Order: sequence, then structure tokens, then C-alpha cells
Amino acid sequence: MAGLATAYGSGAATNSIEGIRESDVIFVLGSNTSAQHPLVYARITAAHARGAKLIVADPRITPVAALADKHLRIKTGTNLALVNALMHVILAEGLHNEAFIAERTENFAALQESLAQCTPEWAEGITGIGAEDIRQTARLYATGSSSVIIYCMGVTQHVTGTRTCAALANLTMLCGMVGRPSTGLMPLRGQNNVQGSCDMGALPETLPGYVAAGTALAEQRFAPLWGNFANTKGRKLTEIMAGMVDGSIRAAWVMGENPAQSDPDAASVMEGLGKLDFLVVQDLFLTPTARMAHVVLPAASYLEKQGTFTNTERRVQMVNEVLPPVEGSRADWQILRDAIRALGGQADYTCPEDIFEEIKKVVPSYAGMSYARIAQAQGLCWPCPTPDHPGTPVLHSTSFTRGLGLFTVNTFTLDDMGEQPCADYPYLLITGRESHQYHTGTMTRRSWALDREFPEAFLDVHPDDALALKIKENWMVTIRSRRGSITARVRISKSVQPGTVFLPFHYAESSANVLTGHHYCDPVAGIPALKMTAVAIEEKK
Amino acid sequence: MKKTLTTCGYCGCGCNFYLTVDKGRICGVQPKQDHPVSLGMLCSKGWQGHGFVRHADRLTSPLVRAEDGTFSPVSWEDAYALIARRLPDVLRQHGADSFAMLSSARCTNEENYLAAKLTRSVLGSAHIDHCARL
Repeated sequence: MAGLATAYGSGAATNSIEGIRESDVIFVLGSNTSAQHPLVYARITAAHARGAKLIVADPRITPVAALADKHLRIKTGTNLALVNALMHVILAEGLHNEAFIAERTENFAALQESLAQCTPEWAEGITGIGAEDIRQTARLYATGSSSVIIYCMGVTQHVTGTRTCAALANLTMLCGMVGRPSTGLMPLRGQNNVQGSCDMGALPETLPGYVAAGTALAEQRFAPLWGNFANTKGRKLTEIMAGMVDGSIRAAWVMGENPAQSDPDAASVMEGLGKLDFLVVQDLFLTPTARMAHVVLPAASYLEKQGTFTNTERRVQMVNEVLPPVEGSRADWQILRDAIRALGGQADYTCPEDIFEEIKKVVPSYAGMSYARIAQAQGLCWPCPTPDHPGTPVLHSTSFTRGLGLFTVNTFTLDDMGEQPCADYPYLLITGRESHQYHTGTMTRRSWALDREFPEAFLDVHPDDALALKIKENWMVTIRSRRGSITARVRISKSVQPGTVFLPFHYAESSANVLTGHHYCDPVAGIPALKMTAVAIEEKK
Repeated sequence: MKKTLTTCGYCGCGCNFYLTVDKGRICGVQPKQDHPVSLGMLCSKGWQGHGFVRHADRLTSPLVRAEDGTFSPVSWEDAYALIARRLPDVLRQHGADSFAMLSSARCTNEENYLAAKLTRSVLGSAHIDHCARL
């Protein structure tokens, strides 16, 4: 998000999901779209059937990669080198959009200078993608009438994540491929309300509505409603976790998350949670995280409460109560409201709509919405500043949120690769998700019709590696990293490249995050390089 | 039978569907034909992802953990009382800065807003984040 926010002034997806159907060039990076965003994939297949060109950069042969006209089988962790080389070609061949650059952007000269050395031949040595394929991709993207870029965690969960996002924003502005229907840049949000939880200030750097913490504007906007508040930048998730271990964080409250399984280096997460003087956890189930709590509060699920979610295209939508909460549980908003009161704060809300009305006072992009309007319009895309505003499906159409789009310099060096295979840990582990399961599996593994599809963890291993390791399909193997070891069943598959293996992280009994670490992080966003862990594999004795 | 329109709680697509409830159980899923995202379609999680909702593992009472690691059920009033006693105690001793909130990309906007308010305003800490960062 930080990369896009710097370039455009907003980190959100620029276009609508439905708009992808009408795009004529679709460039997908690091997204297993059919498994993770099936309804986005439906638009990709529809566009492709209509004749749109599909380019996919992914180290694995995922279904969307198999469908692609061009699959760039990139070496893990080298996206930035690819994107910079694409821009080098576009400039070298004069395919850039001079009018757009002149009217809508700034700092172009610095970008141009920074790309001089990023030839396709240079990138070939780093990414493993042929120079000619890079040239063809650049031409396809730059000469399309409406090109769209779609990316996900395969871009962000690397040391170069923020820089790659910024480089992708550069690419869109270089070609004028942003600010029009079906034309733009779409980061896909992995969870139902990632967009909304960021909009609402569940972040250490920003208050609700992306007001930067520590500013006079923050004071002016929030003090009337909140009174005295911590108007400073706080710690990022990985820093919070480190703080639990080193004793600077002594009390924590976890709402609907399962860091003991979802966060890197599970052993150190458990150590940190175990050291806390006081831990409160709100959840549906007694998750591995909840087991560490001093107080566990039983929460109602999304099917048992009212509220709003904001999807990946910034569409704010109604969540309605389908069933009453399981007896004894309460909605998270109710739990937090009562906790605020118990701790001496003000919280006079009788229903979620009361909270939404307060949000509108401090988040201008939501100010024109109401529960009635959202329901009637089947969701409204922010910004929607006034009650008669129709919402904004396409961002940045006449000017960027920050005014002029900002070209940034994003240099790739070989030190940026993260953890590399070595003699002791010769394979590179990529983690991800599987269709039919979701995240740490708290819900899907208790939904029998889903869990029966993939009831246990598997490790995808290339046949050449299996031969060298003397292991066969369905055998159990031990996977070791510098952090820990787990066991999983082997699936022989050419979907991974020799030397790399793939493991989904849904399974508590084969928890991928026992293996991953946070030693290598994106320096700006603090996102750990979860897609690169050096591991050793052997038959389980 | 009661039919309710709602938004799916799994990925960031945000499909809408009708769920039918009979005798306290979800017995039907119907995608919304004219919804701008779903357009009458759903994925396997949309069709089947509600199975957890009445699972026997659901928590039905606040729990307090004893020294030996066992949990015992307590009333909501007692749970809040314990929080109102213990949490300010820790913060008095180590400073507001020693508190951290992990909010959730699975929860609603309203809930995330309250989490931000609780952390920054009521408890006076700036340490709030959630796993969207991962």
C-alpha cells in the first residue's frame, strides 16, 4: 500500500472488478487468482475468451498462469527487476505516453535516469525470463488500449514489496494506463475487509480516513470526538511481535486474528504471547492464539451481526444478521463498546449504525453514505463525500489523489532477495493458499464440505527434486528451516520449479509459519518476506 | 423460513448472497443475480463456507485462564471486571506504550473503528495493526 500511496496519494485499487471484463491487456503478478479471488478470475477468463491478452508473472504454474498467453516464470523475489526492465524497453522503444507524463506526473527525469541500466538482458540474468519475452510483454502492455495490472501477495511479501508496488505505479503512469475504466492498477485484498480495516485506522501510521498520525490535522479532526489520544506513529505488527519477546509490549488485545499460526516464526510468536502480563482474545473458537490468553471473549461471526465490509474495489457493503449469535457469544462491536465503557471511555452506541454515523464525521470519503443508501445501491465505492454523490468506481480519472502522480526511483540489488538456499537448507519454500481453504483454516476446516477437499497439508515438489531426494508421491517428509520443522505429505508436481517447493499455510498441524521468519522484511511496510524461506527436506523416518 | 441478503466474509471480492435459515440452521444459499461483483456466481467458499457457524467448537462463554493453563467459564460481567482491573494495572506499571492491539481484516468497519478508538483514545497507545500487513 505504501508504494501506491506515494505515487498516487492513495493505496487502494484504482478500478472495479467488473471493469476487468473489458480490459484488453491483463498483466497478473504474484496472484493465484482462481484460488484466492475467484470472482476476479471469472472476469479474467471472460476477458480472455473475448480476445484480451493475458500475461502472468509467477514462479508457479497456477491455473491463471496456465491460461495465460504469456507465462513469465519468474525467479521468486525478482519482480522489481522485471518491472524496471519493462519500463526500460518502453522508454527505449518510445512507447511511453508523453502527453500523460507531461500533464499528470512529476519527477519523470529521475525515473528515466534510474532505468538506464535496466536492460532486458540485465533482467534476464536476475529473473530467469528471456530478454525477448520481456520486450514482448512491454510492447503488449504499452500498446494496449486499456491495460490493467492485477497483483497480490506474490508481489508484496518480499523485501522489495513496497518498491515493486511503486514501480508498478510508475509503469501505469509511464503509459497513461490509469484513471480510465478497465485501465489501472489493482492490488487484490486477501481478506474480506482489508480495505475497510485500513480505512478505519487499524494501522500504526494512520488514523481513520488515512490522516497521518502525529499531524495537526489528526489533532483537529479527532480530539473533538476522542478527547486526548495517542497522536503518534505506533509499532507495526512485526515490531509489536518483537516487543512481546523483548518485554516492551506487556499487554495485548487480539480481535479475530490468529497470529500464532498466521504470523512468521511461530515459535517466537508463541514465546512473545506467553510472556505477556495480560492478553485478551476475541474469537469464535479456541484458536492456538486464544489458548495463550488470560481472558477469552466469545465473538459472533459475520453471519450473526450487522455492519459493513469494504471490498477490494473500495465498495462499502452491508453485512446483515442471518442467524442470532450462538448463545453466550456477542458481536465484536458490542464487546469493544462494553470494554471501552468498562475501561472508563465514552461509547454510547446502541447499534452498528450509530458507529457508522460517527465514522462519517471523521472519514470524508464515507461521509455521503448511509446504511439505507448502501443497501439500496448494492454498495458504494469510496470516495463518496456527499449524500447525492454516486460513489467512485474509477480513481484518479482527472487528477491523482495527491495532485500530480509521482514517479519514484526503485532500485533492485541482489542483496534484496531475502533468505537464499544454502548447503544446509538447499530448497526455497514458497507459502500460499489452496482453493477451498482459507487462511489459518479456523472457519473452513470446520466447514465439512470445504475441508474434505484438502483435509491435510501437502508439499509440492518438482519430480527432479523428488528423484534427488529419493522421495515419492504421498510420502511423509520432514521440512526444516532455521526456525523449526514440520511434517507434510508430498505431492509431486511440475507446477513448481526445480529447487523450489510450495506449502499452504492453512494447517495448524503442519504450520508453514513454524518455518518462515521475519529476519527479512520490506524496510518500509515491515511486511516479512514470507514467499522465501530456505528449507531442507528429508523422508520422515 | 427466513431469507437474508448479506456479504460473504472470506476474500476481498465481497460477493452478496441470500442465506435461508430454517429452525436455526442455514439451509440454502442463493447468489444475487444483479449484484455488481457476484452477478449470480459464487466460489466454493461462498457456497459452503458457512458450515462453521453452528460447529460444536464455538465458544459460548467468556473464559479465564488459571495458573495451570486450564480455562474456566465466567460471566460477561466478571470478564469485563477482570479486564478493567488487570489491564490498567499493567499500563500503570509499564506505561500506555506497553499495550498493543491486533485488530482484524475479518471484522467490520465499525469494529475496526472502535478498536482504533479503544487503543488510541481510551488506552493511549499508538500500537495498533492487523494482519493485512502479512
